[in-house]
Amino acid sequence: MRRNGPLALIFHTIFVIVMVAPILVVCLVAFTPEGFLSLPTNGFSLRWFRAIANYPEFIHAFWVSLGLGALSSFVALLFAVPAALAIARYRFRGRDALAALFLSPLMIPHVVLGIAFLRFFTSVGLGGSFAALIIAHVIIVFPFALRLTLAAATGMDRTVEMAAVSLGAGGWTLFRRVTLPLILPGVISGWALAFIQSFDDLTMTVFLAAPGTETLPVRMFLYIQDNIDPLVTSVSACVIAVTMTALILLDRFYGLDRVLAGKGGDTGR
Amino acid sequence: MSMAAEERSVRAPWALTAPALMLFVGVLLIPLAMTVMLSFHDWGQYKGIEPVFILKNWHEIATDPYYAEMFWRTFRIAILTTLLTALLGAPEAYILNRMDGRWKSFFLLVILGPLLISVVARTLGWALLFGGNNGLVNKLLMSLGVMRSPIPFMFTETGMIIALAHVMMPFMVLSVWAALQRLDPQIENAAMSLGAGPVTIIRRIIMPQIMPGVLSGAIIVFSLSASAFATPAIIGGRRLKVAATLAYDEFLNTLNWPLGAAVATLLLVALVLIVVGSNALIERRYAEVFR
Repeated sequence: MRRNGPLALIFHTIFVIVMVAPILVVCLVAFTPEGFLSLPTNGFSLRWFRAIANYPEFIHAFWVSLGLGALSSFVALLFAVPAALAIARYRFRGRDALAALFLSPLMIPHVVLGIAFLRFFTSVGLGGSFAALIIAHVIIVFPFALRLTLAAATGMDRTVEMAAVSLGAGGWTLFRRVTLPLILPGVISGWALAFIQSFDDLTMTVFLAAPGTETLPVRMFLYIQDNIDPLVTSVSACVIAVTMTALILLDRFYGLDRVLAGKGGDTGR
Repeated sequence: MSMAAEERSVRAPWALTAPALMLFVGVLLIPLAMTVMLSFHDWGQYKGIEPVFILKNWHEIATDPYYAEMFWRTFRIAILTTLLTALLGAPEAYILNRMDGRWKSFFLLVILGPLLISVVARTLGWALLFGGNNGLVNKLLMSLGVMRSPIPFMFTETGMIIALAHVMMPFMVLSVWAALQRLDPQIENAAMSLGAGPVTIIRRIIMPQIMPGVLSGAIIVFSLSASAFATPAIIGGRRLKVAATLAYDEFLNTLNWPLGAAVATLLLVALVLIVVGSNALIERRYAEVFR
């Protein structure tokens, strides 16, 4: 194959700079010693990270986001793992329709989901509650949990299961001791990707969150609406750090390129 | 297969998917149906929501030019964002694909990684870069001599399109990159050995083959941009409304839920029609590529 010419490399360099610049700028401004937004910034200080401590609503929102992401991803997996096993192993009528339904939260605009959930949970008396947030997040992270579990279940070596059955393993033992350990990397990656999606969601959550159940993106959004100052950049830098941690976890267990390229396929192990 | 095993293989998949199916019917399909119904309800400043069946909200959206303008703005921004991502993302994917193994996976990570970073944080980055007339972008463009006087990016459609294109770019690169993986590099060499120049190769060999990737990327980028909320809300401010931010306002500020539900329903229906329609078109046009 031919190599990239100088023009192509210049284009590539500018492209990468533009892609990284906004994220880099947020992280740089977070360390500014000034009391206002200044670019470029001189010096280095942690004052805006310390300032977060004076805003309990950001800290509270952080814990809400963390709990919501961890819990809703876990609950989503409780539903997604059996569904993924069924879709991976059986050819049955309605299989394609079910798969399409389970992936549909990817296609429906989050603003529409937010409205639908707001209407629904208000009318059943759960408006603004943490329970409502959990259920709504289970739905939006479900496709991610399902996809990675599905990839793992499709690529699994089923002779191991057959060996276990021939040795007398029954349904639950078979699942707990053989199937689950084999698909575990896919399940953990599904959890991590689902967590990131939940942790970062603004559009749907902004409709459901009430003062007490505001998540971090919602709190940041409402703050930015009023004014933009270095405080919100230091909070953003923390958010980016949490996402990066989850990304590294994802990369360790699964390989980030495979998650991003969505090509778990038959080698999902 | 014995009778019992056969029966089990009929029942087992349904038993395994039943919990998820019930969850989806209960808290996804029912709420969506309720939203469509809500759009036909009446609303008044003092009486609140009245559960009657009227076409008031739909009539208002159809006749008030404010909504036509808002939807036109929404789709204009989505179309321009899609064009921008295609024009820049497709060449980048091509360049990426020609790099050496290690550089390729490194830059793929750098370009696709932002996909998983908070949209609020990414948009905040653009707000910082744009920031007023002496923002960094303006300073840079003027010092490069691209333009003489600063142009406003904040609270303008230009700014919204640039920030949205940045948010959506990974989807386009990913989609084109996937198409490039299916491409046989020998075809390019064959064309070269037959005397084709680089321009001819790109135009006659590469372009036709990655077009399905560009188009399916375009569908994803378009539908996500048309329903985007965070970026238009932060960069566009309170004046420059798009469908998602308008629906948000109707729900959480004006409290006219039925009207907001009608806007959301219209957005959903329009997007489903556009996506399904263009998918069918692409599949017919490029049937041989998908085979």
